Order: sequence, then C-alpha cells, then structure tokens
Amino acid sequence: MEHPFMILVAILETIGLGHFAHAYPHVLYTWLVMVVLIILAWLAGRNTQMIPGKMQNVFEVVLDGIEGFQVDMMGEEGRPYFPLIATIGIYIFISNTMGLIPGMMSPTSNINTTLSCAIVTFVATHYVGIKCHGLKYVKHFMGPLLPLAPLMIPIEIISHLARVLSLTLRLFGNIMGEDLVLAILFILFGQYFVPLPMMFLGLFTSFVQAFIFALLSMLYISGALEEAH
Amino acid sequence: MKKSVTTFLLACALVLGTAAMALAADAEVQVAGLKVFQWTIIAAGFGIAIAAFGTGLAQGNAIRGAVEGTARNPEASGKITVTMIIGLALIESLCIYALVVALILLYAYPMALPIAKMLGLPV
Repeated sequence: MEHPFMILVAILETIGLGHFAHAYPHVLYTWLVMVVLIILAWLAGRNTQMIPGKMQNVFEVVLDGIEGFQVDMMGEEGRPYFPLIATIGIYIFISNTMGLIPGMMSPTSNINTTLSCAIVTFVATHYVGIKCHGLKYVKHFMGPLLPLAPLMIPIEIISHLARVLSLTLRLFGNIMGEDLVLAILFILFGQYFVPLPMMFLGLFTSFVQAFIFALLSMLYISGALEEAH
Repeated sequence: MKKSVTTFLLACALVLGTAAMALAADAEVQVAGLKVFQWTIIAAGFGIAIAAFGTGLAQGNAIRGAVEGTARNPEASGKITVTMIIGLALIESLCIYALVVALILLYAYPMALPIAKMLGLPV
C-alpha cells in the first residue's frame, strides 16, 4: 500500500519538516481540524444578536439539536457535561469527513486519535462519578448484592476497560476501512467516478459514527451519575 | 498500471524473501514458515467472511423490527428510525472488530519473530 499524497505533508516538506510530517500525519490533520473549528466558532460567536445572522443560525441549530438530544437522554443533571459531549461529537464528525476530500486524511483513521478520544471519555466518566458520589462510587462496581461483590468487581473492571477498546476500535475500524476502500477504488477505477457512491456512504457513516461516539459517551456519563443499585 | 507494478514488486519481495531464507535455512523449515503465513491469510479471509455473514443476519433482524414497529404505529417512525440507526451502528461494530483482526493478521504479522525462532530460522 503505497503512501498516499497528502497536501499538508507536502506543504511541510517544502519547509523542511518532512520527517515529522511523514511520521505523524494524523497530528498535522488534527491541528487543521482544530484551526477550522476555532475559526468557525469565532465567526459564529462574534456579535450575537437576538435575530441571528446566517453563521450564528447554523450553529444555533446544531448546538440546539445536540443539547435537546442530550437532555432527552441524560436528564437535567447532565447539562454541565454538554460542552464535552458536543465537542467530541463535532470534532469527530469534522475529522471523519475530512478524509473524503482528496489530498487530505482523517486523523481518526489512525488508532492513536481514536484511542485518545476514548481515553478522554473514560477519564471523564470516572471523574464525574467520583465527583458526584465520592468514595461511594465503588458501589457501582459491586453489583446488586453484597456477597456477589468479589465476582462482580473484576467483571465490572474488565467491562469498563472493554468500553475504551470498543469505542476506539469501532471508530478506527469504520473510518480506516472507508478510507482504505476509497484509496483502493481510486487506484483501480478512479477514472470512471466509481468512488463516488462510496463517498456518499462515507459521508453517512462519518456522521453516524460521530453520533454513536457522542451517544455512548452520554450513556456512560449518565451511568456514572445515576445511583448505584 | 499501478496495480500490476505493486503486484510485481510484491512477487519480487516474496521470491527474494524466500531465496534469502533458503540461503541459510533448510528447505523443510522454509516451507513450514511459509505454511504458517498461508494459514494466517486463509484465517483472515474466513474470519471476516463469517463476521460479515453474522452481521448481515443481525442487521436484517434489526431493520425488520424497526419496519414492523413503524407499520404498526407510523407516528413513532422518527424515534424508531433513530433507535434503528443506533442499533445498526452497534451491530456493525462487531463486524468491524473482526475486520481489524483480519487486517492485523494480514499486515502486521503478529508472532512472526517467535515463530521464526521456533522454526530455527536465523533472526
């Protein structure tokens, strides 16, 4: 599988940082996603008015949708965690769709990016649980009946670690698989516009995977917030 | 054009690889080493095929439930569709795990070094 052509890598090569660019393209493209998101947010929030302009309107629709869905899922006590969930959702969506543009790569098609997002969710879950319940958070791991605790604790610990693994592999496998299929279709049949249906499917799965990641983060955080049985 | 170039290079690498092994190892040991890799390729192919088969059945079931629910109660079709999409993505993730294992077997050559040492190849 030869190295695909990436715009940012070529730009950095002209500066002279070719080694860094070839070894860590996902870091470069993460920086690009950060710059894009910061610029968009600054443009949207510049002077907010009661009757919103176009940019502010788009962002209000997006954020309102996410917030409505979140309060639906998590209830009112989940409202403080809205910035985290919305950031995860929007960042992963923009990262996923960037891979569809020829000449760019999705940072989430590298397992390091998805593992970092999953670790953020994992740390957030346990931080929220400890902050809300204190030391009684351990009761979440002990299961319904007290005598079952020595059996339930290893199972719960393994299931929590498996959550990190499943979040990582789900996002990584989907986006890397789609990128791989697009690259192969470009190499084999690029001139007959065959990658085009795959790109539509890729747009759909990018949105669904970002949505699923944010939804599972919401569910894990609300599971840490609720009372243990 | 690019596809034939890559396959040609791959064939050259395979031939040179086995030639290098033959220069220093026994013929039977070399064949045994190649057999291990052949079996992992077959395992990768069958693994992802069986996973895709199971995923097809499971997602068909999920969509059947969603469509039946919508047929009974067309007003709830929005909520049912959202739940169906979430369920489909979660079922698909199981197939993705199998795909990742298959790709690891094909491209990351796990256990290549211990197996080579066990077969007595000079590593």
